[in-house]
Amino acid sequence: MSVLFIVLPTALIIAALGVWACMASASRGQFDDLDTPPLRVLSEEAD
Amino acid sequence: MSTNSAAPPRISASVACTHCSLAVPAGLIEPDAEHQFCCTACATAYSLIHSCGLDAYYRLRAATETDKAPAKATGKRFSEFDDPTFTSLYTKPLAHLQGGYRTARLMLQNLHCAACVWLIEKLPSIVPGVIESRLDFRRGTVDLTWDPSLTHLSRIAQALDSLGYTPHPSKDGEAQSLRTIEDRRFMKKLAVAGACAGNVMLLAFALYAGAFDTMQSSYEQTFRWLSLVLGLVSLLGPGRLFFKNAWAAVRTRTPHLDLPITLALLSGGVFGTINVIRGHGEIYFDALTVLVFLLLVGRFFQARQQRWAVDSIELLFSLTPTSARRLKDSAATEVPIESLIRGDLVEVRAGDSIPADGVVVSGASKVDQSLLSGESRPVTVAEGDHVAAGAVNITSTLTLRVEATGEDTRVGRLMKTIADAASRKPPLVRFADRISGIFTWSMLGLSAFTFLLWLLRADLATALDHASALLIVTCPCALGLATPLVFTIAIGRAARHGVLIKGGDALQHLVNKDRRGTLFLDKTGTITHGRMSVVSYSGPEDLKPLIAAAERHSSHPIARALVAAFGDLPAPDPHEQFERLVVRQVTGGGLEVTAFELNREPLHLRIGSPAFVGGNAHGLDGLDPTLTPVLVSVNGEHAATIGLGDAIRADSPDSIRTLQSQGWDVQILSGDDPALVRSVGRALGLPDHACRGGLSPEDKLAIVRASTQETTTVMVGDGVNDAAALSAATVGIAVAGGAEASLAAADMYLQRPSLALLVDLTTAARRTIRTIHCCLCTSVFYNAIAGGLAVYGLINPIIAAFIMPVSSLTVLAVVYRRATFPVRATNSPTAPPPHPLDTTTPTATAARTADLIPV
Repeated sequence: MSVLFIVLPTALIIAALGVWACMASASRGQFDDLDTPPLRVLSEEAD
Repeated sequence: MSTNSAAPPRISASVACTHCSLAVPAGLIEPDAEHQFCCTACATAYSLIHSCGLDAYYRLRAATETDKAPAKATGKRFSEFDDPTFTSLYTKPLAHLQGGYRTARLMLQNLHCAACVWLIEKLPSIVPGVIESRLDFRRGTVDLTWDPSLTHLSRIAQALDSLGYTPHPSKDGEAQSLRTIEDRRFMKKLAVAGACAGNVMLLAFALYAGAFDTMQSSYEQTFRWLSLVLGLVSLLGPGRLFFKNAWAAVRTRTPHLDLPITLALLSGGVFGTINVIRGHGEIYFDALTVLVFLLLVGRFFQARQQRWAVDSIELLFSLTPTSARRLKDSAATEVPIESLIRGDLVEVRAGDSIPADGVVVSGASKVDQSLLSGESRPVTVAEGDHVAAGAVNITSTLTLRVEATGEDTRVGRLMKTIADAASRKPPLVRFADRISGIFTWSMLGLSAFTFLLWLLRADLATALDHASALLIVTCPCALGLATPLVFTIAIGRAARHGVLIKGGDALQHLVNKDRRGTLFLDKTGTITHGRMSVVSYSGPEDLKPLIAAAERHSSHPIARALVAAFGDLPAPDPHEQFERLVVRQVTGGGLEVTAFELNREPLHLRIGSPAFVGGNAHGLDGLDPTLTPVLVSVNGEHAATIGLGDAIRADSPDSIRTLQSQGWDVQILSGDDPALVRSVGRALGLPDHACRGGLSPEDKLAIVRASTQETTTVMVGDGVNDAAALSAATVGIAVAGGAEASLAAADMYLQRPSLALLVDLTTAARRTIRTIHCCLCTSVFYNAIAGGLAVYGLINPIIAAFIMPVSSLTVLAVVYRRATFPVRATNSPTAPPPHPLDTTTPTATAARTADLIPV
């Protein structure tokens, strides 16, 4: 169980990476428009 | 050929336009063409779409669209889009790609469905040189990237225009970019809060497991310290929002919802930190971080909803022009609109938008004020007349003296009013604010009491534990989270059903809980259809298609009514057709029609007013005198009598009865003939004194104002003509006229002029308020139990972590589950909300029946 001392920090680092990726996407404006993508899905069905 | 044995005239059935599916006027049908179009705009749009192989657009549109309308191209050249000033103001070079590409954001009109999204994003295959085009449906903007060496922005704009989506430069402006930055920052806070909440809960589970057994100290401490770190990240990062608001509330001594929340977060944070450092004692970071996350999610939805209202107002502003031609010593120079000042002389050419509010100094022209007033009929202006920014000058050049610019123009002020109204707090939310103040003080008091109680019964540490547990667990989630959220959701749902609501307070007033409210209805367009329609017909059935075919050649309202009534009838015998119809319109009288049939004598018809048609006087026998008569004679003999009137909508009688049963005193206010109004009222079961006709807008204003003094007054009327009365009423509901202008005066705007929708609205208002009451009760119940448990010292982190999210989630579940709008079969719940700039949505035009009789 002492592996926990390695696993826990590693898991938290991975979580931090995830959060950083989320924040980077937000800065790049990927979350600016949440209404058009659902419409785009409908359109893609036509292709 | 005598009329008695007249063989039924044959004509072909109506043909549908390939582009917009509406009926093609008989005069434009080409018998040999594979595709028919109702207008050149549709033909152009189709040829462009077809030549690029994008016919899938039509399949997609059929699947997703509800309203049909012809393409509305303006045919402008858009050469100003290539102007260097324009380029520097509205386009940017694309920074990170080589190749000298430029990028620009344009605002588009007439977007209405998913197919539009698809088509516009296929722009690279329509206009060579366009690298990418990306549509933001809600804002109505397209982000274009193109290669300036291959094509010009004007060419792209022309293509968009021929497809039916007229482009305008997007006045993104400071406000928009600031809001975007703010939104992104909020997203990041959400991300951090969510990550912390999730991870702390995981750690907490480990600790719960250890609570029933024992856990090795090193592990336990690791978990506790990690919880502390993550908890502090959450509290000091995303959680700072609550602290800031609470501090502001304390400084200004106003109660605010964030006060009790801050109390919980602070006490939990402080005591948790102490306990972790001490090495033992309860910690509550799991409950706290989840609380922060859930509260932020609630606020996120709220902000998005409010953003919608503000965005649609800004779209209006984007439609005002970007440059103006200033006259100095008779020389006109193009200047940015921002540089205009009062007193400047500007020249507005035909086809240009008026850049600022002003007075006409020279010139006479017709002006389209539909942006502000919703009236698409052009208004004649001459020297001395005032014109408003945003109106379009149609016929000839005008010279104006500027009176107001930018924010001071009518358009600018309109925007501000609406934006202000959107941030008004409904009474229930203000009530919730006040309650939170009381709540905070009582919790502090209770906590002090608990502290003393346990100090006497046990020791300091226990007392601190229980006192802080009380502060953490008692959470006004229903107040802070649910109440504003319920209003937001109700407004969002209403928008999807065709009702635009400016603010939650209007919704609350619609409840009429004291059952004393007065509801004033406008007659024309609301209770009735607002346009002429065929009410009675006596004559041979076979004559109807012929009448329709002939009347298609005229655009008179009576002609349109006849076509609407008879135009869709199937031809009696599809094999026999008329070779041609010769139609002559006689102004003030009617139509003279000569119908040439195969192998038969030509038929001579006259369709029009009794004076024009002549013939025997019996034609008017038996016709209701309140209707407008139209007679038809075939070869000189009277053949049919048609009665036209403004028919009452089918859903009006039931709707009025329902409204009365909800306690409303329903009355009619109308500018139309009093006798007519009374007869409509009688048909609806309303007493004569409740039906007032012959009223001017000022009269209506006076009546509404008087009523507002006494009781809750709701006024339902035309957003354009009844603007004053609408803003004077407690709740003003506009049912026609331009959406933007209506929302300035009224609190709500019904996109479909239907009383049934109004009934849905009042029902929805009641459900909304009931939902909020339900949430408040849940909250009281929860806090009573939780507070009680805390005072008894029975709270520990496991229980806290359980009951706190349960209370938040219960409240959220209650809010979402109780549908606030009854779903009707006619509404398509998956359709995107009608776009604010969609000018294709049909609006009823008020018509005085008296004006339409051809004399």
